[in-house]
Amino acid sequence: MPKFTIPKEEYVYKGHSACPGCGTPLALRYALKALGPKTVLNFPAGCGGVILGLWPGYAMKVPVVDNAFECTAAVSNGLRAGFEVKGVEDAYVVGWAGDGATVDIGLQALSAAVDRNSNIIYVMLDNEAYMNTGIQRSGCTPVGAWTTTTPVSNGKGYNLTPKKRIMDMMVANGIAYGATVNVAYPEDFVARMQKAKDIKGVKFIHALAPCTAGWRIDPSKSVEIGRLATQTGTFPLYEVDHGKYSLTKEIKKRKPVDEYLKLQGRFRHLQKEAIADIQRLVDEEYERLLYNVKVTNG
Amino acid sequence: MIEVMTSNYAAAHGARLAKVEVIAAYPITPQSSISEKLAEMSVKGELHGQYILVESEHSAMSLLIGASYVGARTFTATSSQGLALMHEMLYWATGARRPIVMIVASRAMAPPWNIWGDQMDVIGERDTGWMQFFCENNQETLDTIIMSYKIAEDRSVMLPAMVVEDGFILSHTFEAVDLPNQDDVDDFLPKFNPELKIDFNDPRRFGGLVMPDWWSEFRYRIAQDMEGAKKKIVEVDKEFGKKFGRTYGGLVEFYNCDDADVVLALAGSAVGTAKDVSDKMRERGKKVGVVKIKALRPLPAEELRKLNDMVPVVGVFDRSFNFGHGGGIFSEMRNGIYTPDGGPLIKNYVGGMGGRDFTPKHMEWVFEDLLRIKKEGKVDRMIEWIPLRDGTGRWY
Repeated sequence: MPKFTIPKEEYVYKGHSACPGCGTPLALRYALKALGPKTVLNFPAGCGGVILGLWPGYAMKVPVVDNAFECTAAVSNGLRAGFEVKGVEDAYVVGWAGDGATVDIGLQALSAAVDRNSNIIYVMLDNEAYMNTGIQRSGCTPVGAWTTTTPVSNGKGYNLTPKKRIMDMMVANGIAYGATVNVAYPEDFVARMQKAKDIKGVKFIHALAPCTAGWRIDPSKSVEIGRLATQTGTFPLYEVDHGKYSLTKEIKKRKPVDEYLKLQGRFRHLQKEAIADIQRLVDEEYERLLYNVKVTNG
Repeated sequence: MIEVMTSNYAAAHGARLAKVEVIAAYPITPQSSISEKLAEMSVKGELHGQYILVESEHSAMSLLIGASYVGARTFTATSSQGLALMHEMLYWATGARRPIVMIVASRAMAPPWNIWGDQMDVIGERDTGWMQFFCENNQETLDTIIMSYKIAEDRSVMLPAMVVEDGFILSHTFEAVDLPNQDDVDDFLPKFNPELKIDFNDPRRFGGLVMPDWWSEFRYRIAQDMEGAKKKIVEVDKEFGKKFGRTYGGLVEFYNCDDADVVLALAGSAVGTAKDVSDKMRERGKKVGVVKIKALRPLPAEELRKLNDMVPVVGVFDRSFNFGHGGGIFSEMRNGIYTPDGGPLIKNYVGGMGGRDFTPKHMEWVFEDLLRIKKEGKVDRMIEWIPLRDGTGRWY
């Protein structure tokens, strides 16, 4: 029998309403397996809250608070302040927001929560667009992607703005701990959450979760495509512990980015030249990461 | 113990005496000295909880909602643009049934910029489901904050409350304020112990998706509880009177109204001016009365309807204006008073906006105008802006 490092307990019930192949329930399951039952989650508008189902039920074993789009970090800070004044020390407070709710509309509140060194875990569930409202571009949408607000006509119109370097911004802001995780690497995901949970201050977790509808992918391929995101260096796995960068998943030989792009309908319009541009962008970003690892450990 | 202080300081003392547990603070004129005073109290160890500096009013309200979910008593202060920025989260506090208490030092909405007293900001939040209590003087600010917690946190109410003090006119004016002692306040105001809060042994979801087949029931509960709050407000006011010797009429106060020929209804600091002028005019045999709107939400419609049998003419003074409609309190009064059988003659006086002085002289002019209407038996002009400049300097 192989030995599993992932706790067996489940805190997300069956019967949630996520699409088949959605990465988000995996992320929620792995996060809660690491954190356990004394965890409160708060969700802004987005798929994360919606897939838990309709009132009066919800598909989760821990308390959940819903909040408005831009205030996840502020509400999380409030929950923490409440626990502190009530003398509750062993609870985990998790803000669980999408990429748009984080890097666009929620950035101000998040930055201020980092300033205050608020003792919260902030998970940015990144599926690279506003998926819950119907696949509109966000600050985390990668170059080259089709979305409903970057529609493609005659090979033009796809997203040209680079994905926001949110982790670097958070590190510059002064987070205690940061990590990128990927639902296609569950053991690493759980290990990062377990490491993060008892560090004091803001723990910023950037979680990649494929969206079958938004990425235009076959539901059976979301884990495979998630893995390719890391194997191609498009979404490298690393952590930043009090300012020090280190790779948590070394990729000896990165696969060509084309292998990742070609499985996704949102990139199908891209011609060779554009793919070469994206490869260059991915290489540059990866070099930046290696540079950050080097200089922060020197 | 009597001390001389501004309404802003009285508000800070109110929060201290209510033993608020989480305060979120962000500066805006003319509220800022409340936040400053609370910071000072916090550093001196006079507060019982956390004082948290946030980066916006939106986050202030969001943070308090989070803290309130855990069962903490919460407080913040704002004005004008800050209140408008909170707008989204005001609805959230109501829907989430969080009994947050907030003071608003009311101020004009820009542009053009104007930092002075004006009720357009608070009138604009009438529809958010917050209770709204207006204060006439600094003592009332302090007392209303303490009473507001008792009303808002009652399990039959569980709705947030907004305490309104007129910017500068109260917020920065010194008056003698009787500071209750802590034991008496503790005796009057029980600890916040909500029925539903975050509980790891009984996990619940707060604010999840409700479909159309249940949505109206959620709204109806709030509507019912806001109605029910009327009784609670009157009760708490009476109880406060017994304990501290001061009452504020509950929802609405009728002053010099019993045998009045005309009355003027209004809310906030101008009530004091109106009462003084009414007293003086009565010495000259002019029977004028004052209706002090203490609670705008819930609107005390039943009490206001008593005016139908009391007086033939009602004036309404407003420090705000809904463009294309009329003054804020004016439209509320009409809604409150009128029945299918009609009601008294009614006229709106709009003035004192953006910090413009509204003096006893102006107030007397208003009462005289109402007496003229009573004599003539008709309203020639429903809305009057007073005083307003034109080439001749006349009032219109």
